[in-house]
Amino acid sequence: MGLRVNAEARAEQVARASYGRLIAILAAPTGDIALAEDALGDAFEKALSGWPVAGVPRNPEAWLLTVARNRQRDVYRSAAHRLAAPLDEAVLQLPRTATGPVPGGADDPDVVAIPDRRLALMFVCAHPAVEPGIRTALMLQTVLGFEARQIAAAFVVPEAAMAQRLVRAKRRIKEARIPFSVPSAVELPARLPAVLEAVYGAYAIDWQPVSAVAERDSLAAEALYLANTLAELLPDEPEALGLAALLSYSSARAGARSGPDGRFVPLDEQRTELWDAGLIASGERLLKRAHALGRVGRFQLEASIQSVHCARARTGATDWRALRLLTAALVTVAPTLGARVSLAAVIAETEGPRAGLAALDGIEGAERFQPAWATRAHLLTAAGDSEQAALAYTKAISLTTDAPTRDYLAEGSAASRGVFSRARPDVRPRE
Amino acid sequence: MQYSLLIQAFEPTEEEIPEEAMEPMKVAFDLYAKELDAAGVLVSADILARSDVTTTVTMRGGTLKVHDGPFANTREQLGGTFVVDVPDLDAAIAWAQKCPAAQYGSIEIRPSAITFTGGQWVYA
Repeated sequence: MGLRVNAEARAEQVARASYGRLIAILAAPTGDIALAEDALGDAFEKALSGWPVAGVPRNPEAWLLTVARNRQRDVYRSAAHRLAAPLDEAVLQLPRTATGPVPGGADDPDVVAIPDRRLALMFVCAHPAVEPGIRTALMLQTVLGFEARQIAAAFVVPEAAMAQRLVRAKRRIKEARIPFSVPSAVELPARLPAVLEAVYGAYAIDWQPVSAVAERDSLAAEALYLANTLAELLPDEPEALGLAALLSYSSARAGARSGPDGRFVPLDEQRTELWDAGLIASGERLLKRAHALGRVGRFQLEASIQSVHCARARTGATDWRALRLLTAALVTVAPTLGARVSLAAVIAETEGPRAGLAALDGIEGAERFQPAWATRAHLLTAAGDSEQAALAYTKAISLTTDAPTRDYLAEGSAASRGVFSRARPDVRPRE
Repeated sequence: MQYSLLIQAFEPTEEEIPEEAMEPMKVAFDLYAKELDAAGVLVSADILARSDVTTTVTMRGGTLKVHDGPFANTREQLGGTFVVDVPDLDAAIAWAQKCPAAQYGSIEIRPSAITFTGGQWVYA
């Protein structure tokens, strides 16, 4: 029994560590991700049934690669496939690997080194010809091996609909011949933001306030893993490092975002002893390396803002002047509604609530944006305008679909009417 | 202000949706209705049976006509309704975009003009 358990555990371990590496290599010659997935799935099945009997090969990854390649070739050689499509040159160039009884043995050429082509795979997933809405899901599936069912649950989409979108995207990649390559230094600046966005997307769905909480928590961890992988593969790209830093800081505070009763806790009321010091330290390291490269960008600025907030764990205070500078810079680089509302909130901290309200008034298109109304309600309260504050609270609450945030706003609303007092009601975008 | 959130979606045949695929959507709709309820904005919620069990009745031609099936056979069918009582359209949009059906169909937001409450018709 021990042998079986060991072999199974080993197969799962290999699956987790190298799924994306193997898919990248298997799909690159033909662009057929679906076939690569089938072939690798088949190889894993053979591993699960064969390893407990024959023992775990010396290089499990190479074994899987060889078995999967043989399977790919069988499919390409099959009559059905030949009728469906002419045998492609790229297929004929598939490396001839040993077909002996123990692939992955010492004489197998693949044992030497399996190159890491996951970066090329990530660029394929976020290629301009792939619909933006499916890029994150595609990356979760091809790089991390998530099943459509798990991705569908995290996005709260019916499984059939998600599976169909993924199949369509893969067909497009194959038929449009999207190349499995890392863009050249000239193209990189134009292509990298989409990859960063797709990785960030795996983290950002965590913020959509409708349930399925368990899947979302696990996806936040996967997003951090993807970001760290990207930072490892692109060590000289400051924004890749910045994204990994941002997700490190944000993940560090995950445990402090809600109270024991599930109550929402805003950033400046969070108990810093609940923050993960290890993740904060890794954020600091990444951010330092990013800054040393001397090219500022959106994710580095967002990470720097997080870094200032996290410094409260050391200093006991929040440096609002630093936040003012960083948030203003962020609005210049990426003028999203969220960033502009953040800036108004920070201006209120440094220059008073009236200045913050003036900044809020200057934001166009925020009529239905919940954080804008929550911030307005808070600033009106701080400015002593309780009548307008009550109206803003009512509007903010009507736009809030998750219960903890609504309860939090209701408390702030009651406090502003003097029903009972609380330390400092506040809501920041994305907190 | 009362709004009906009308789910309009392509109606698959029964064989097209296996029971296990339905389960996560049931959970999603359950959570959605409970969130609406917790927010105190839910008036009523209905997920309708398949459109082919519809019976259509009309006296328009002067005589009673009872017809088996929906009034019009279209690709998209009314799949359910959530009636919500919220302050304005912005709030209705905020809730409609969270409806699980928005992921595979569309949600028509239609304000009520008059509602029958407390034994009489009340203008909105």
